Amino acid sequence: MDAILLQILNGLDKGSAYALIALGLTLIFGTLGVVNFAHGALFMIGAFCAVTLQKLFSLSFQTIDETQTDFLGNPLKVETPYVEAWFGPEVGASIIDWSVPLAILFAIPIMLLVGYVMERGLIKHFYKRPHADQILVTFGLAIVLQEVVKYFFGANPIQTPPPEALNGSIDLGTMIGFDPNAIIYPIWRLVYFGFAVAIIGAVFSFLQFTTFGMVVRAGMADRETVGLLGINIDRRFTIMFGIAAAVAGLAGVMYGPLNPPNYHMGMDFLVLSFVVVVVGGMGSLPGAVLAGFLLGVLESFASTTWATTTIPGINQIIIYLVAIIVLLLRPRGLMGRKGVMED
Amino acid sequence: MTNKSVTRRGVLKSGAVAGTGLALPTIFTASSAAAYTNEPTGSSVTLGFNVPQTGPYAEEGNDELLAQQLAVEHLNGEGDGGCLNTFTSKALKGNGILGKKVEFVTGDTQTKSDAARASAKSMIEKDGAVMINGGSSSGVAVAVQGLCQEAGVIFMAGLTHANDTTGKDKKANGFRHFFNAYMSGAALAPVLAAEMGKERRAYHLTADYNWGWTQEESIVASTEALGWETVNTVKTPLASTDFSSYIAPVLNSGADVLVLNHYGGNMVNSLTNAIQFGLLDKVANGKDFKIVVPLYSELMAAGAGENIKGVLGSMNWNWQLQDEGTKAFVKSFGEKYGKPPSNSAQTCYAQVLLYADAVERAGTFNPCGVVEALEGFEFDGLGNGKTLYRAEDHQCFKDVLVVRGNENPTNAYDTLEIVEVTPVEQVTYAPDHPMFAGGDLGSCNSGA
Repeated sequence: MDAILLQILNGLDKGSAYALIALGLTLIFGTLGVVNFAHGALFMIGAFCAVTLQKLFSLSFQTIDETQTDFLGNPLKVETPYVEAWFGPEVGASIIDWSVPLAILFAIPIMLLVGYVMERGLIKHFYKRPHADQILVTFGLAIVLQEVVKYFFGANPIQTPPPEALNGSIDLGTMIGFDPNAIIYPIWRLVYFGFAVAIIGAVFSFLQFTTFGMVVRAGMADRETVGLLGINIDRRFTIMFGIAAAVAGLAGVMYGPLNPPNYHMGMDFLVLSFVVVVVGGMGSLPGAVLAGFLLGVLESFASTTWATTTIPGINQIIIYLVAIIVLLLRPRGLMGRKGVMED
Repeated sequence: MTNKSVTRRGVLKSGAVAGTGLALPTIFTASSAAAYTNEPTGSSVTLGFNVPQTGPYAEEGNDELLAQQLAVEHLNGEGDGGCLNTFTSKALKGNGILGKKVEFVTGDTQTKSDAARASAKSMIEKDGAVMINGGSSSGVAVAVQGLCQEAGVIFMAGLTHANDTTGKDKKANGFRHFFNAYMSGAALAPVLAAEMGKERRAYHLTADYNWGWTQEESIVASTEALGWETVNTVKTPLASTDFSSYIAPVLNSGADVLVLNHYGGNMVNSLTNAIQFGLLDKVANGKDFKIVVPLYSELMAAGAGENIKGVLGSMNWNWQLQDEGTKAFVKSFGEKYGKPPSNSAQTCYAQVLLYADAVERAGTFNPCGVVEALEGFEFDGLGNGKTLYRAEDHQCFKDVLVVRGNENPTNAYDTLEIVEVTPVEQVTYAPDHPMFAGGDLGSCNSGA
């Protein structure tokens, strides 16, 4: 039982990243009709916003300590971060310690801007082109972004640890009546899940309860009619592209402490996120979220020893297997609407 | 009217023969006029450095390339000479190889076997490379070694740790200076027993490919010989990025040691995940839970950051060693590049010098001469202590390092501390050891 609960938690955690990325993908597809293969790169750029902020906070000046030597036997150059010199060692250290949560604030404007520039600068020109062209250009863009990040940050993963207070794990089991040590779970993974739920809730509320959201939903349903009513729907869709980029970016910022960011982390998620969108139903926001969590949990269970010994290799194919089954039984996906991607 | 000369079967036969002839790569035919493949005729000789310049191991590849460039400088008599001053063989004079200036070309393996073969092939066919060196993966090493054997050039492997490279996939034209998975097990086991006791229950997470399997096999064998029990061995897909669903079952498996047979990004992520799940704070079977990473590298240690503190593993070499060869190499490398070299850089540097030295001693670039000069060659002064290139399998036998993630690093480079230098006798095995069986060295191919 405890093992099952652990895998459900793991699955929800993985599913959080899938759901957040797939949500953004669906938003873009639903509004602009563009299949955005650069969406994984946006997730990666988000993670590197956290890396950048951490590096900015850690910018240091050198002093030479004659009492110590470096690896070549020369006097040791001691690095002291500017923030520690300016705000005192304790405040400075805690600013560096909290760089990942602080990076949320840093990443939002950057991601909105990246999204805006990407849409206006490149993707806009591909609205009337076939989906295959859109896929090619956005995939190319993803590779370019990836290489740019690699040029500046290198190919090695970079640790972005969570704040000390949220590091480590807690004994969840004892809180819900299990034996001690039965369900130990990393705190940051719980934070990540909570964060994902909050972001998903915020996006849905925004679309559901604001006038802007209402117009966007109307535009998704019938773009032409909304346009005829004198509403500049294109501008709103551009803003939605920025929001989708920000959602992917924030998913990336918070993902850093789970697994150290590297330049190709976006590609690792890209294909899976597309499967999530297809399983959820093209253009369906709740479908993307549901499928994200569902596939995350299934993937987790498929990785257990029991599953891999019963059906070897199941951990590697489960997502695609489920996708095939879902598409056979419900060709429009779990919550797909009629008419989307069917013309 | 019958046409006896053309039959359906005859056409098919001659078509097949012609097809085979056309399909034969030029690699087999181009060198027929020379005494051996890419015999250098001018005033220079070209070496081919095949390292991952893109992809997940690009950092490691770049470090290898820096070391290879340094080796070329030293061979040509530039810089401070590095290990030429400490190498026990004095055949190299700093005037190139056999008086020919050393030049090099580079290829990008991308850590993909097909890409690595393609870049090696191009360096051999287009650039006339007489030797291929480098790489950061056993899959790549085995593929390129096979190609070099067919092409008639020497392959001086870079970082490759699977037993198979000098086991079932060994080739006469291929040589490995780096240690292997068996040696990791043999070196680690006594240290593990001393630090963790003889009654331990181990859980293995293993990268699901050739290197992972041989490492798991080696570590399981050596720890079980100590009295440890293996609770479970779980294969994880190489493409995995999040290991939480593999780590979670470890918690309640009854194991008290986790062995991560992972390398590179896999290792950084699986170790990070294991630490997140609080494994190192856990007490299991009345003992403190421990994690072992049998194969360490400095770049992985840097990627894993704080998480490696106290975690044991093994290495081929470390810049903190205090022998003369290491000091000379670290000084040259450090002064030129501003950082200490990694163990993959060191193995490439040593391999380039070893090749050049063998050519000098043989008096020819002919691969068969080089093979003869390297087989059974004993040397010292390159940083690993006394070393033997064993004739039977072309594997170097030398001391192995057991290292631990440094609890209190004083700078960005001393993330690992040396726990023990395991003497070569303890890691030596018979050439026909079952873990290395099944291969045949064959005979050297000069491409003539």
